[in-house]
Parts: sequence; C-alpha cells; structure tokens
Amino acid sequence: MQIIVSGLIFGCIYALAALGLVLIFKTTEVANFAHGEMAMLTTFVSYVFLTSYGFPYLVSLVLALLFATIFGLFVYFVFMKRVQSAPHLNQVVLTLGLFMVFNGVAGIIWGYQPSSFPEAFHGDPYEIGGVFISLNEIFVVILTLILMLGFFLLFRFTRLGLAMRAASQDTMASELMGIKVSGVFMGAWAIGTALGGIGGMMTAPVTFLSPNMMSEVLILAFAGAVLGGFISLPGAVFGGLIIGVIENLISYYIAPELKIVFVFLLILIVLYIRPQGIFGGAKIIKKV
Amino acid sequence: MKQLINNHKPWLILLVLFMLVYPFIVGHSGYMVSIFVMICIYAISAMSLDLLIGYGGQISIGHAGFLSIGGYTVAILTSKLGLPFLLTLPLAGVVTGIIGLFIGLPAVRLSGHFLAVVTLGFGLSIPQIALNWDSLTGGYSGLSLMRPSFLSSDLQFFYVIVVMTVLITWLLHNILKSRMGRAFLAIRESEVAAQATGINVPFYKTVMFVISSFFTGLAGGLYGYWIGFVSPNDFTVVTSFLLLGMIVVGGLASIPGAVIGAIIFTVLPELTRSFVGVTNIIIGLAVVLIILFRPHGLISLFDAFKAKSKRKAGNDQDLLISEQEQGGTVKDVNI
Repeated sequence: MQIIVSGLIFGCIYALAALGLVLIFKTTEVANFAHGEMAMLTTFVSYVFLTSYGFPYLVSLVLALLFATIFGLFVYFVFMKRVQSAPHLNQVVLTLGLFMVFNGVAGIIWGYQPSSFPEAFHGDPYEIGGVFISLNEIFVVILTLILMLGFFLLFRFTRLGLAMRAASQDTMASELMGIKVSGVFMGAWAIGTALGGIGGMMTAPVTFLSPNMMSEVLILAFAGAVLGGFISLPGAVFGGLIIGVIENLISYYIAPELKIVFVFLLILIVLYIRPQGIFGGAKIIKKV
Repeated sequence: MKQLINNHKPWLILLVLFMLVYPFIVGHSGYMVSIFVMICIYAISAMSLDLLIGYGGQISIGHAGFLSIGGYTVAILTSKLGLPFLLTLPLAGVVTGIIGLFIGLPAVRLSGHFLAVVTLGFGLSIPQIALNWDSLTGGYSGLSLMRPSFLSSDLQFFYVIVVMTVLITWLLHNILKSRMGRAFLAIRESEVAAQATGINVPFYKTVMFVISSFFTGLAGGLYGYWIGFVSPNDFTVVTSFLLLGMIVVGGLASIPGAVIGAIIFTVLPELTRSFVGVTNIIIGLAVVLIILFRPHGLISLFDAFKAKSKRKAGNDQDLLISEQEQGGTVKDVNI
C-alpha cells in the first residue's frame, strides 16, 4: 500500500509536467521537448529568489511563475511562432535544440552541482491507515487534481477553451471565424510554461536542483501523456499516475535499475492494443 | 537527366578519392583520422535514419539503441564466441535487423507521437539493459574486443570503414531508387492512398525498420571494432537526438543532406571541446538557427544555387524531374 501511495505521489509530479505538455500540444500541435528544461530554469529562478533575496516560499513561487509566463511568451515569439506552419519534425528538432541550449545555459550560470530545494510545506508525515504521507505530498496531490480539473473545465466550458480547441483543429478557419489565434497560442505557451514551472518546483525537493533534474521526469511525463492519449488533460494525469505507480511497484518487486525498461514495455503493450492511447478518443485518419 | 548524372559523377569520384588519400593529407594524425571515422559511422546511421524518417515518414528517436546493439553484438561474438571478423560484422547487422523487426511490428499500428515515445523508450532501455545484464555485457566496465590481425593497424581499418561507407551509401541509394523506395515515398505521402494503389503498407513499414536498423547495426559494429571497446554510455538518448538533428539540419529525404549533417555534428563538438559546457549551447543554437532560417536543411542551399544556374539556362523542366527523382520535398513527417 505504501508503495502504491508513494507511486501515486511520483505520478502526480509526472502528471504536472505532462499537463503543460498536453496543454501546449492540444492548442499549438507542438510537442515541446524543451518543456522540462524550461521548468528547470523556472525552478532555478525561484531558487535565486529564495536564497539570494530571502523571499518567503509563496512570494518566490509567484515571482517564478511570472518569470515562467514571460519566458513562455519569449520562446513562442522568438522561436515557435516562426515554425508554426513548418513540418512537425522541424518543430520537434527545434525544441530539441532549445533543450540543449537551455540545459547548457543553466549549467553555465548555476553549475552542475546539485543543491537542495525546500518543500512547500514542512512537517512530520501523518499515518493514515498504515500509510505514511507528509503534508507536502498531500499538497502535491491536491494541487495536481485542482489544476487538472480547472483546465479540463476551461477547455470544455469556456469561450477561451473553445477558441483553443478550434485553433488546434484548423488554424486558418478559426482565424477566419474571428478567433485571435496568435493570442490563443500565446496563452497556451504562457500557461503551459507556468504549469511546467509548478511541476519543476514540486520535483526539485525530491530530485535535488540541478540542470539535469528534469530529463527523466520529462521523459516519463511524455510517456504518461502518450499513455493518456496526448490530447486529453485527464488522460495526461491518469497516465502520469499509472506510470508513477508501475514504476514504484517495479522498483520494489523486480529491480530498481530496470524500471524504465519495464515502464516502456508496458506502454508498448498498451499502445499495441489501443494505438490512440487510453483517452485518445476515436482514431481518425484526416489526410488522404 | 543524363546531364545531371554526368554532372554529379566527377564530384563523386573526387569525393571518393579524397576519402582514400585523407590519412596522407592529415599526415597520419590519429586524431584527424578518428574524427573522419566517426563522421563515416554517423553518416551511415544518419542515412539509415533518413530512410526511415525522410523517405518513409516514420519517426524514430531511439536510433542510438540500434548503434549500441551493433557494437555489443560484435563485442560479444568476438570476445565470448571468438567468431572471425568477416562473420561478426554481418551478424551485427542481422541481429540489429531482427531487433528492428520487433520494433517495427508495433510501428505498423502506431504513428506520430506514439511511435516517437515507443522508440524513445527503446533508445532509453538499451543502455539500461546493457548496464544490468552483467553476465553478457560486462555491465559498467563494458567489453573490449580485438581487431583481427590482418586489420590491426588503424590505417588498414580506416580503409575498411571507408569502403563500407561508400558501399552502404550506394546500396541505400539503390534501395531508395527501387520499387521499394517508391513504396516508402507513397506511404509517407499518404498511407490510405498507398494502400489503395496496392502497396502492402504494414509489410513495407516493417521492412523500412529492418533495413534502417540493419545498416545502423553495421555502423555500430564498425564503431565497436574501431574503438576496440563498447560500454553502455557510448550511445545514449543524446546520440539519438543528434542523429535526428543531423538529418533535419542537413536536409530531409536527401542522402547528401544526411552526410552533411553527420559532418557538422561530428566536427562541431570537437571544435568546441576546449570550452567546457559551451558544446551543448553551440550545437543547440546551430540547430535552432538552421531550422529558423533554412527550414529545408543546408542541402537546400545547393538546390537554390542549382535553380539559379538552371534558370539562367532556361531549363526548368530538367529541375522538376531532378526534384521528383530525389523524392520530392518533404511536406510533413507523420509525427
């Protein structure tokens, strides 16, 4: 039971990273491989606020998210806007290039020495039904659920959500219908990066703060998003949770070193049975 | 068209001649020869990956896994079973090809991001398996292997690699010009239309993976023999990303493009090695800038130049044919 619960908490972290990924993909159809590195930069910025300026946790969190928003807009305007209509492979390789640049920049500024990062809440773990869980972990779980629900409702029931869905389906037609597509994309990048930043700040206490901290998280978040169908926000959270639990079970019962092998084997099997992911909806072939 | 071939031929001969005299130009410098060998190995891998992505439209971001398998196959077969070189090198290709078959089978059903994640998982898993299967792969310490006595000097083996590279390039070129290559292009353009014209889509998709992994495995085998040592850290996910970068930066669906990409991505890290930590930034920036300003890759520079000179001659028809011949421009890869 303890293994499953701590797996769920890891899963929440993957889900948080996956949410931003799916949000950006759902709107702009770009799979952002630099997402983890952008989250890492945001976490470093909040760390600077925390240690160099001595701000309290909440203030530096808000400031870092503000930074993330601006950073997301910067990436969109400087890089992604120019390749919005380019082939998808070009977009993917561009984000991979950005991944390397951000990683190198963080390495130069802050060095590769891992440092510790504070948790949102301190306190001794509670025991609920034989399972130990700390206040911070409860916070992570609740935050994930709230964000997932919030964005799910946003997509389903608001005008902005409708605009985002329309923009992703057909950019030109939605522009002709009077939707400001570039504004929608700007929003997606800003919010997506901020979401990634939250994910980064939740990851940092577990993995320690270093330029490479997000690489494994991002890969598993990506896997979780794909498992959930890549276009569904609840799917991303669900996929992230599954990955977290399975990973923990495998490390405990089989071998901790081989967890990534088994996780991907599982994904392969799931996708072989259901090629569009668990929450992917019906598979439609658009182009002939 | 005949003119086009005649125009290319002297260049090709010059290039092969250059490859043959290269060790003498650089004065037998081990370092320079080693860079050239790595260019050859990456060029083979990039061309194989290009067959899959550029011509076939199937994404793979785990190709370094095939390189690792090729390297380990020769190392295991040589050190544990003592098989001769002439047998191990083809076997490296065959074993990798069989594994490529297993990766290609699910790929028949998957596309886009889903295929990307499966191949990414494959690329991540191979180093992990190599690390933990101690009895077979030697774990952290890796495996060392000896070159056969008739190829013991670096110069002799350099020529083996050059000959192999030229041979594989020629083979890939011919595969792509054949009926099979046209089937790949049809699948890339539209799976539905390809199926409707009687192309066996699942079969050709699997074959694509097998061919691509076969040649990548050969490149991995050559690498193993060249270095004389294989370890789990030789080819990681970063290598897969670099291979992807090579073919996009060089130009998709173009064999010269893949070679240009391989040259750039092998030489750039060597040039920036003296500045620690800057390598990643420079490679990343190069990728970003080329995608932003030359979205069809560096090879499009040549095409633009050719178009200009052709237009002067008032002979646009010829250009059209040559472009179609090269597999057309890639409109979109199915990711």
